[in-house]
Amino acid sequence: MTVRVADAASAAKFPILANGLVEDSQIRQNVRHATNVIQNKRARVVAEQHDWQQLRESASKIKEHTLQYLDRYLEEFESACIRAGGQVHWAIDADDANRIIVGLMQNAIEKNGWTREVIKVKTMTSDEIGLNHALEAAGIQPHETDLADMIIQLGEDKPSHIVVPALHKNRTQVREIFARKMGLPELGEKPQDLTDAARNYLRDKFEKVKIGFSGANFLIAETGGVCVVESEGNGRMCLTLPEMLITVAGIEKVIPRQQDLEVFLQLLPRSATGERMNPYNTLWTGVHEGDGPREFHIVLLDNGRSSILADKESRQTLHCIRCGACLNACPVYSRTGGHAYGSIYAGPIGAILTPQLQSMKHSQSLPFASSLCGACYEVCPVRINIPDVLLHLRGKVVERQQNSLSRGVSIEAVAMKAAAFIYAHPRLYTLGQKFARVAQKVLVRKGWIHWLPGMLGGWTAVRDVKQLPDEPFREWWAKREAAKRDEPMEKSYGG
Amino acid sequence: MRISLFITCYNDTLFPKTGQSVVRVLERLGHTVDFPADQTCCGQMHFNTGYQQEALPLVRRMTEVFRDAEIICAPSSSCVALIREQYQKLAESSGDASLIAAVNEFVPKVYEFSELLVQKLGVEDVGAYYPHRVTYHASCHLLRGLKAADLQLRLLRNVRAIELVPLEEMDVCCGFGGTFSIKNPDVSAAMLADKMKAVLNTRAEICTAGDNSCLMHIEGGLHRLRTGVRTVHLAEILASTEAGEP
Repeated sequence: MTVRVADAASAAKFPILANGLVEDSQIRQNVRHATNVIQNKRARVVAEQHDWQQLRESASKIKEHTLQYLDRYLEEFESACIRAGGQVHWAIDADDANRIIVGLMQNAIEKNGWTREVIKVKTMTSDEIGLNHALEAAGIQPHETDLADMIIQLGEDKPSHIVVPALHKNRTQVREIFARKMGLPELGEKPQDLTDAARNYLRDKFEKVKIGFSGANFLIAETGGVCVVESEGNGRMCLTLPEMLITVAGIEKVIPRQQDLEVFLQLLPRSATGERMNPYNTLWTGVHEGDGPREFHIVLLDNGRSSILADKESRQTLHCIRCGACLNACPVYSRTGGHAYGSIYAGPIGAILTPQLQSMKHSQSLPFASSLCGACYEVCPVRINIPDVLLHLRGKVVERQQNSLSRGVSIEAVAMKAAAFIYAHPRLYTLGQKFARVAQKVLVRKGWIHWLPGMLGGWTAVRDVKQLPDEPFREWWAKREAAKRDEPMEKSYGG
Repeated sequence: MRISLFITCYNDTLFPKTGQSVVRVLERLGHTVDFPADQTCCGQMHFNTGYQQEALPLVRRMTEVFRDAEIICAPSSSCVALIREQYQKLAESSGDASLIAAVNEFVPKVYEFSELLVQKLGVEDVGAYYPHRVTYHASCHLLRGLKAADLQLRLLRNVRAIELVPLEEMDVCCGFGGTFSIKNPDVSAAMLADKMKAVLNTRAEICTAGDNSCLMHIEGGLHRLRTGVRTVHLAEILASTEAGEP
């Protein structure tokens, strides 16, 4: 089994990628603006929902329960889906999923003489497995139909957000991509101009392409049904017009009953786009004569998910419904945008999901890409305690590093062990304070330190630090106590 | 009431004035303060950086050093948040029944300074006088961990002669995040820049908070640019009277 999360395994470390991005004024401007707008919209529609906290609690409990009995609910979904005329495939990893999907399409194209194209409605999971590359390699042209994904595809770019993947681009940049790729040199810059261009470009694809491809927001075990929510109507086109529909979904997407949607369909649109309801909510079950695709396949993808399930501490990662609220709320994400995470899953959820899918073998800098401020946990509609999971994963990264002899011993590990030893011995600790006061003298200028060596240089790159005070608290306290003890004695001797 | 002070290692070493101020306020209110001299660190740096096994002996130390304490006060919400959110889990992971019992006894006795004043002692006006223009930053662990930022604002509003100016985006992280500031210096600096902008926009002379860790970060940036704005821990404001500042 080879788990792959797009090209995360070969991505540079977060601090390195972030270094370039924080200095890109255009990206900073675009990301800040977009996350602010969505955050404010979200705050408004969440405030009007009086049972918001109960909804979060319910969602968290439903997910927790489902994951506990995941095997049973998946099998229930499988048999219900087959009964309704759907075909179910199980994929253990990215390559397996791609093989199944490409195989299904190849066969159908050859059998029916269809055009070698597929229309896609936004699916993060297909980005995770790198489906578009696999399709192109097999000579099948994928067309992204979600406006933002289309911008990414035409611009040969990478998504930078789970819900709004082109948020790092502004209108002018989008116009430039459309004008160039659609051959429209006269294209205007107004939102209407851009959506008109996209509409014209896509209409032709919707009419002639016979294969549709989607992800899934929810799989319903009880009915074998699938639910996709979206805002542009392109999804409805992809899900209903083609002859053949293939859906890929992570195994954690299943929920027990249709009624559970009541909870999630209130939480998801408010958290994701600040809407009370998604403009398009498509629910389908198997196939129906004379209505929609004649053939429906669903590929249930593991790709590392069962290893996350096995870890009780971080299993809650699989509660995620991909709303992106944690990205918009995150002060780190809003300074870098999504490309710093080296993965299609960015922001706080990406920082815990990407390394875990890869069994902590890659993307090890991601659990450290957080100031642990907790803003993500506060907005998460399914109450994933992201800071807690980040801490758990930091422990795993350190453990892996300490167990791998080839890396040698890191300066950090030595420093941490030394500090732990000193903290365990109060006399050494006091001695350490005294030593530091003497040692700092070479660095202090007029009461401040402007330069520190080694790892600490990261601090003084942009910040000063006050020199250590002459007397730590404990020395002040000890003197005061001594004075108190002496005072009555002095008085008795006095006079 | 007898109150045991957990000063925290960085306040002890870097910000002794904060501890002195806590003592001053509590004694002014008629309480007895003691300081168990064997205390060192709660283990936050180790735990948050991934060295959780190294943090475990420090957890044990804390329960031993403060075994006889009735109430423990710490002027640092991030240390209190670690104790409250992680100590029990850490103890359970060790499988040591005596440690689990000791932690269960220890944790409910620990209060952050403003929690102690407002929630335990029922005091919102500590009789302080502070004639300065001040803005308040809510530290993340106080705000979202302990959910106690309003307590500190209530205490500040009762200080005489203070001119309290609201800080824009008060609830957004300053970018410190412990070793985050060193491991991710660029993003940390970008966050700091926005925090400094907000502080400067208030035209305040002083930026205060309940955590010296955030303040050290904000002050580090404010001083590098010679903004002439300084940072002061909440306890030092509360300790100030007409007779002077600590």
